[in-house]
Amino acid sequence: MKKEGWSFSIALTFCVMFAFWMLLSAWTVYLLEPYDLFKVSSRGILAALIVSFLTYEIFVPSRGENVLLKIRRLIPYIGWELWQIYLATIDVTKRVLGILPVDPRIIEFDTTLRSDFALVTFANSITLTPGTITIDIEPEKGRYIVHAIAKEPAESLTVDQTMQKKVGHVFMEE
Amino acid sequence: MLAIDVISTMFLAAGAFFMIIGTAGLLRFPDFYTRLHATGKCDTLGQILIIVGCMTYEGLSFITIKLFFVSAFYLLVGPTGTHALMKAAYASGLPVWRKGDKRM
Repeated sequence: MKKEGWSFSIALTFCVMFAFWMLLSAWTVYLLEPYDLFKVSSRGILAALIVSFLTYEIFVPSRGENVLLKIRRLIPYIGWELWQIYLATIDVTKRVLGILPVDPRIIEFDTTLRSDFALVTFANSITLTPGTITIDIEPEKGRYIVHAIAKEPAESLTVDQTMQKKVGHVFMEE
Repeated sequence: MLAIDVISTMFLAAGAFFMIIGTAGLLRFPDFYTRLHATGKCDTLGQILIIVGCMTYEGLSFITIKLFFVSAFYLLVGPTGTHALMKAAYASGLPVWRKGDKRM
């Protein structure tokens, strides 16, 4: 954690936490008279302040230099990921109904990802995309052990490597 | 009002269809790992579709936002739970079914 970045981290965490509180409990503010607005929202401000002082180091981790750029790159990735979830379910549906074969295997491969958030995002993405589930990660080498339900999903991870490149681009760890 | 009813019912029906496919896969696939494929993936899309159906029915309100948060957290938690089950089975040495073996 760089020392000069902590105020920015706290401010970002506070904004997100207060927006979250507002969305979850805004109906209590909504019902009351207008002059009570500050009285009620001050509870949210206090709670958000406590949480952001306790957790800003976790929320904005040590490689937090380009947080805003990473968030901007993450949003189209989430859209692509939702499309992949749809494809994955269609794929499993075909295998359940017997249209495509079931031929499971376990594969291992290395990636260039190192930070915790990138590793977790990629592991979740593997589980959500067609025909593959993460079994284990070795964080030092960036090595993944993956269970694939057939030959083609396994080859899309080991040969094509489109998803590794996408995650590496989002977290700038190519 | 009728159009919103029809659209949300279609979302709910599609979600229920994928949930049923997931259950059929749980019964039909040969071993533990492939069964997790069926439940882990179909449940994710099924719950997204069901919650989107509820959101369409509810319209623009604070309940819609809460439903959206439920859906977003499930996207993080669902794969993590599947992965935890997979890792426990792999660490305890459960054998992997290959093509041509007997069902387990």
